[in-house]
Amino acid sequence: MPMVHEDQDRHKGFTRRVLMLTCGKAALLSALVARMYYLQVVEAEKYKTLAEDNRVNLRLLPPRRGKILDRFGQELANNQQNFRVVVVREQTPDLVATLDALSKLIKLSEHDYKRILRDVKRKRAFVPVTVKDNLSWNQVSSIEVNSADLPGASIEVGETRFYPYGADFSHILGYVAAVSEKELTGDPLLELPGFRIGKSGVEKYHDNDMRGQAGTSEFEVNAYGRVIRELARNEGGSGREMILTVDAGLQTFVQQRLMSEQSAASVVIDIKTGDVLAMGSVPSYDPSAFNLGLSSKQWNKLINNQFTPLTNKAIAGTYAPGSTFKMIVALAAMKEGIGATSHTAFCPGFMKLGNARFHCWKRGGHGHVNMIEGLQHSCDVYFYDVSRRIGVDKIAEMANKLGLGNRVNIDLPGERSGVIPTKAWKLANIGEPWQGGETLITSIGQGFVLTTPLQLAVMVSRIASGGKKVIPRITRGYRENGKAIAYEQKEFEDLGIPQEHMRMIYQGMDAVSNNPRGTAYKYRIREEGWELAGKTGTAQVRRITLAERQAGIFKNEDLPWRRRDHGLFVAYAPVDNPRYACAVVVEHGGGSKSAAPIARDILRETQRRDPARTSAISFDAKVDVNNASGDS
Amino acid sequence: MNQRVHYLGRHNPEITLGQKIWQLNWGMMLLICLIAAIGLGMLYSAANGNFDPWASKQAIRFGVGFVVMLVVALVDIRIWFRFSYLFYIGALLLLVGVEVMGSIGMGAQRWIDLKFIQLQPSELMKVAIIFALARYFHGVSQEDIGRVTFLFIPLVMVLAPSVLVLRQPDLGTTGMLVMASGAVFFCAGVRLWKFAVVLAAGLAAIPIGWQFLHSYQKNRVLIFLNPEQDPLGTGYHIHQSKIAFGSGGVFGKGFLQGSQSHLNFLPEKQTDFIFTMLAEEFGMVGGLVLLGLYILLMVYGLAISLRSRNQFGRLLAIGLTFNLFLYVFINIAMIMGLVPVVGVPLPLISYGGTVMLTVMMGLGLVMSVWLHRDIKISRHGVHDE
Repeated sequence: MPMVHEDQDRHKGFTRRVLMLTCGKAALLSALVARMYYLQVVEAEKYKTLAEDNRVNLRLLPPRRGKILDRFGQELANNQQNFRVVVVREQTPDLVATLDALSKLIKLSEHDYKRILRDVKRKRAFVPVTVKDNLSWNQVSSIEVNSADLPGASIEVGETRFYPYGADFSHILGYVAAVSEKELTGDPLLELPGFRIGKSGVEKYHDNDMRGQAGTSEFEVNAYGRVIRELARNEGGSGREMILTVDAGLQTFVQQRLMSEQSAASVVIDIKTGDVLAMGSVPSYDPSAFNLGLSSKQWNKLINNQFTPLTNKAIAGTYAPGSTFKMIVALAAMKEGIGATSHTAFCPGFMKLGNARFHCWKRGGHGHVNMIEGLQHSCDVYFYDVSRRIGVDKIAEMANKLGLGNRVNIDLPGERSGVIPTKAWKLANIGEPWQGGETLITSIGQGFVLTTPLQLAVMVSRIASGGKKVIPRITRGYRENGKAIAYEQKEFEDLGIPQEHMRMIYQGMDAVSNNPRGTAYKYRIREEGWELAGKTGTAQVRRITLAERQAGIFKNEDLPWRRRDHGLFVAYAPVDNPRYACAVVVEHGGGSKSAAPIARDILRETQRRDPARTSAISFDAKVDVNNASGDS
Repeated sequence: MNQRVHYLGRHNPEITLGQKIWQLNWGMMLLICLIAAIGLGMLYSAANGNFDPWASKQAIRFGVGFVVMLVVALVDIRIWFRFSYLFYIGALLLLVGVEVMGSIGMGAQRWIDLKFIQLQPSELMKVAIIFALARYFHGVSQEDIGRVTFLFIPLVMVLAPSVLVLRQPDLGTTGMLVMASGAVFFCAGVRLWKFAVVLAAGLAAIPIGWQFLHSYQKNRVLIFLNPEQDPLGTGYHIHQSKIAFGSGGVFGKGFLQGSQSHLNFLPEKQTDFIFTMLAEEFGMVGGLVLLGLYILLMVYGLAISLRSRNQFGRLLAIGLTFNLFLYVFINIAMIMGLVPVVGVPLPLISYGGTVMLTVMMGLGLVMSVWLHRDIKISRHGVHDE
């Protein structure tokens, strides 16, 4: 067969096969083009978004927390620059050498080393890792001077909460600390490393107000997360400055004065406005310790302290009011028609009810006493007598009216309601019917009755204001963008107590302090025009047994601290034209003689400073408090 | 024309060097230069607008490759015909060489370091196998092709290097060797049912072959089948590639503006994923232009193979053209998530020396087929008439 023919045959077959192959290729290439169309036209938007997500990182900029000011503008809480030294791994040839050099300038413990090396390992090479926080100015300058020997180390500036008055304000202001797992709400701001939120006090109550709006910063990042450049920045807004009702000078005085006792609380109120001018609770704690981070040892010490330094006893400590409760019983009795001067009771030192004997604090008795004398001498039998006539529910009604038994709703977290018993209350809570003797116990502020120092101060305010429903507050308003906004206050409503009843109470309380035979005459204010009117109270924390009574052992000083009586004193001043009300409770102080001198000193200092009449921050506008507060 | 009798065949028109140069396929060379220029531009962009480290080196390689192509093109096809088995055996020995070097403890390697270039024998084999098959089928008559016994030798010629390359392990190259060989078998006229049998046998062998795959290779296949299962691990590459590709849209983000490439989200952007970068910066338009250039190049190859008057040249040209097609198709399908990531570069564009050299060699051979299209070579390699 000639080669030419054979090759022609082969060529024909070849051409056919090549055509088939080419069709196959064309089909496959069409698939490529279809896929390109699908990715770059149909799905393009989706992939463009994904590419932007890859490229752009949004970062939150923490806003500046609002300051807290006292009524005159003194800074109670502010933000201070906080210097920290950081290392960047990729900027140092030898990390450990840099740390060693640093440790010659600032103390670094074994623990610090471990933490730093761990953090460095976890994070990318260009991410700064904090070596030490809260550096002193000296440490900062020594690091700056030696920076040539510290490759990779640099100083960064942040902000931390600072409390210029330290422990004196910790119960009012509370403190800020790192966000716990439970407090996460999904707000990304809370997840920022190092972000702090209010954990108690004003810091907690007005946390949302003071937090401000987070700013944002858009960064372009590469695949490894390194920031290439900033694309956009929105600074956000700093939080509100809260303006408190408190007078910083008075608060400091109160807190220092209370420290003569191991555990005590006091509240001073302006009865015209309800402004809390001071609120002391002893012992206290250092609020910045929480911000910097407590060691478990420090924490346990605070938690296990029998004097409960973390509790604001002024609003969260509940105590039997003792004889300070007698004004309530007196007002309730007058309301039920028992005349203050016309009705008398005979006090032989005790009262018999059935087989039980109810003792007066004075063994020998007071003889015949009327209501004013009953207050002046704090005669228990007089109040046994009237309470038996009117019943416990009438007493409770008056107590509730004057602010006891329910939260007074001050703008602070953690306030407790206390207890004012009624017949129904006992049946519901204890499951037993009311006993007649319990009415007598209640009338001298013992038994089930529990009140907070704040409630007692509110009670005195409502009495001293002539029966106005004084509502206490601790925040006057706030400042935002340079404008001071006041929380609007409605005029206090009248409680409907006849003024002649009030006058009887004033007489009785005046006599307690200013009559030589009054129970607190020793602790009167001698300065003319500043005199106080008060009422003593002693709350037993245990029952005095008959054996003890007969053996004559009921001197409190002989008992261990936990079993001593609480000492209470409530007062207002000046006696003629009341403006300030004060309540003092000394836990296990051994009786009212512990509380009365403190109340006297506080009221004297209050009138000397006279914060209610000294010009405070003036406001540009008013706002309804219910609409203004973040988490009320 | 000077009619000398060549020892490989009579009546062949002899052409001078000058005539050859005059007849060189200038259109094809222009295409090659255009594609290479696009490649250099993308390498420049891959380095964030720098000639170093990739574009400059690649330019030199292209220059060298271009000279190699011309030399290969001008060499008489009968010389290539004579040396084709030798070339194949040489490539096979080099393959065995890297295999032995790997097994005597120098670590698994795919290349031989020649200092100026890291030579990958498997890349050379892509050309050599087509050489050998073209020569073999050139010498087999149409009737003989119908006989199974005549298929035994070429099957061994394909399987020997395929197994060696698979052991390296290099799935992509193995696939290309098998498929390009298949194309030559197909065009040589092997019966269709035989392909069906081989295909069926191949499918049956998949479960067995799966056992021999390395875990990373298994992973790649699994990721291909379900890319969302692991977007941060092995699936990361293909996921980011699709994002870059899709986000380019119709007109692209502009030269040097590809955020995915320049912020390093796109892996291997200078080698396997360079087409993704082109698609991100120049969009679908840019991708289609490059694809069009490749198709034109393939059309040239096709036309040349049909025009050749000897079976050796036809099979050589069609095989090499198909090889080019496989490079382009597998690479682009891979970066778009149509086939598993197997590590096949984009010819003339991806950064890499051996591929540039073998592709240019292949193109040179196609040109040689063109220049010597009218030369007839007898079936047995000697003149018999």
